[in-house]
Amino acid sequence: MTNSNFTRRGLLRTGAATGAGVALPTIFTASSAAAFTNEPTGGTVTLGFNVPQTGPYADEGADELRAYELAVEHLNGGGDGGMMPTFSSQALDGSGILGKKVEFVTGDTQTKSDAARASAKSMIEKDGAIMITGGSSSGVAVAVQGLCQEAGVIFMSGLTHSNDTTGKDKKANGFRHFFNAYMSAAALTPVLEKLYGGDRKAYHLTADYTWGWTMEESIVAGTESIGWETVNKVKTPLASTDFSSYIAPVLNSGADVLILNHYGGNMVNSLTNAVQFGLREKQVNGKNFEIVVPLYSRLMAKGAGENVKGILGSTNWHWSLQDDASKAFVKSFGTKYGFPPSQAAHTCYVQTLLYADAVTRAKSFNPCAVAEALEGFEFDGLGNGPTLYRAADHQCFKDVLVVRGKENPTSEFDLLEIVEVTPAAQVTYPPDHPMFAGGQLGKCNPGA
Amino acid sequence: MDAIILQILNGLDKGSAYALIALGLTLIFGTLGVVNFAHGALFMIGAFCAVTLNKILTISYVTIDATQKDFLGNPLKVQNTYVESWFGPNLGAAIIDWSVPLAILFSIPVMVLVGFIMERGLIKHFYSRPHADQILVTFGLAIVLQEIIKLFYGANPIPTGAPEIFRGSLDFGVLLGFDPNAIIYPYWRLVYFLFATAIIGGVFAFLQFTTFGMVVRAGMADRETVGLLGINIDRRFTIMFGIAAAVAGLAGVMYAPINSPNYHMGMDFLVLSFVVVVVGGMGSLPGAVLAGFLLGILESFASMNQIKNLLPGIDQIIIYLVAIIILLTRPRGLMGRKGVMEE
Repeated sequence: MTNSNFTRRGLLRTGAATGAGVALPTIFTASSAAAFTNEPTGGTVTLGFNVPQTGPYADEGADELRAYELAVEHLNGGGDGGMMPTFSSQALDGSGILGKKVEFVTGDTQTKSDAARASAKSMIEKDGAIMITGGSSSGVAVAVQGLCQEAGVIFMSGLTHSNDTTGKDKKANGFRHFFNAYMSAAALTPVLEKLYGGDRKAYHLTADYTWGWTMEESIVAGTESIGWETVNKVKTPLASTDFSSYIAPVLNSGADVLILNHYGGNMVNSLTNAVQFGLREKQVNGKNFEIVVPLYSRLMAKGAGENVKGILGSTNWHWSLQDDASKAFVKSFGTKYGFPPSQAAHTCYVQTLLYADAVTRAKSFNPCAVAEALEGFEFDGLGNGPTLYRAADHQCFKDVLVVRGKENPTSEFDLLEIVEVTPAAQVTYPPDHPMFAGGQLGKCNPGA
Repeated sequence: MDAIILQILNGLDKGSAYALIALGLTLIFGTLGVVNFAHGALFMIGAFCAVTLNKILTISYVTIDATQKDFLGNPLKVQNTYVESWFGPNLGAAIIDWSVPLAILFSIPVMVLVGFIMERGLIKHFYSRPHADQILVTFGLAIVLQEIIKLFYGANPIPTGAPEIFRGSLDFGVLLGFDPNAIIYPYWRLVYFLFATAIIGGVFAFLQFTTFGMVVRAGMADRETVGLLGINIDRRFTIMFGIAAAVAGLAGVMYAPINSPNYHMGMDFLVLSFVVVVVGGMGSLPGAVLAGFLLGILESFASMNQIKNLLPGIDQIIIYLVAIIILLTRPRGLMGRKGVMEE
């Protein structure tokens, strides 16, 4: 007779303990495999395009969306490939991203921070977007960038020009291809000195919000460095529509240059009002009175009509550039939509390609791997010449265009002419520059 | 001194727009008792009448200019307007150049029709409802109207120039004995002020010196008694709604060259115009006009650097500050009538 302690209950207990023991490493393995937010598991990957579809920047948002759709088409192997053949990396082959077909969802920022965060959150949580991109405002960019940092997805900003986006509000998960206020000032200043001389008196009208403040700070520093005197710096409410009462004091201020740190509707109206008050024809201190708009946009210039003629400003990119990459993009975009792309469309298209390229090189959608691939990445062939995605602040450093309103446009798109292509070295600043101080990049957050 | 004169001029043309919109608002409130939050949208539609006429006059046919290239390197498609080909380059160009003044004629029937449809189609159903309901429905209507405009014209402002002859500016200072260039003022803003004065005068004359106007004024004072006399006062009030819409529309047409029209411009003026109406006194036409000009001038003065340095941010709150002070000291507004909005 054999005595055995082997009972049915004991078997179950031992089996459960063994099963748990065997399963435990698997759980840990599974956990580390899905260690980031919205890891794509099927044959597709979803990108979230967060652009203003309503509100005052809806036209700019529509152009951004066109560019995103074009980028998705090219990533999936459709169309003529746009800038993929000219892109120096050559990691993208038109088979989607890491073999997964690219799909997208869209959100409406309304150019309001809370609405933009809500739409980005929805795209991340409900639609499974692995990356968020887009926007036409620095306020929105900073807000969405913060959200993406918390959620553990990459944010590739659209049109945002405030120093703060990659300055005091920079985040490890956020990347900006677009130039910034400092760069505009650095590019414009030598041209202003060359064209208007070193003995000038400048009067600033500045939109009273984050972008306006950094633009004013940057351009004042630039113009004072060449000897210009700052006569006055006047903040104007963002909601202003008629600037006549702000323009009128300029007439007798002794200033011979008016610098309009305005964008969008503010720029259209303040420039129109300034021209109406005859400032362009005015002679002060024995010199022609001049107006400068530090940040130009072709879409906004169209709103100001003939008033932009001869007015200097800066821009991130322009469709009339003659490098192979710009020509390829303009041809691709123009053939599909019938008109040339705006700078907003360009930066959004480029950001999408850069993200896809970084994922491909990293061989992972993990935001931290993607961030690592983007940090310090040097590339060319995307329309701005040799470019560096600086690791220290996630800001792209590239050539900046100084442009002027064209005197004799041949079409409704032919509004600006390039005065100078300012080399990247001239607009580069140290990461600890005082205008960008106050924030920390922090650590990459993969989420999950 | 020159800066003060300049700001008074600024205030007068800002005030002109406020006064015209507030006049229409008061006409509607005084006759129909409706608080019309869609009135700013009527101003915006007026501005887009100018845009529309300009677009109609510049309808083009395309010819190919092989000597020039477009952005894709194809032969350039040159737009030629039918107006210039029909009337010759000089007359055709002049007609297009004068599209904004011509839009006055175009806008009057359009605005009266829009006003009539608004009143008969929607607002008349809210006469007996509380003011809160009226505000909600007209505000909703304003949003619908601006979204329709955005659908057709986009979100970007559309430049709509004044005739070439009015594009310069007048050296007002020289006329007053100041140094040249001390007080420069755009011709078109002066035109706008004179136009607004003429429209305001015309509306007052119409109400004061015509039988129709007399009946309307009587109806505003005592609607029930006028009705008992066998006069169809409702029909006259509907016509007044159309006239108020036309006044707002004309204000918008002439404003188009001052700031490029965009779909949101009505909302930008609406809240300020309501403050103007309240400050002037609900239901008082002279009060609306007086308050319009007064607040326009105060707003301009508040934008002066000397004032802003003393009281930062005052330019953003001055109108509301004045409204609070006036309502605390004169609850009926500057020229408000007893019993209006007091029940």
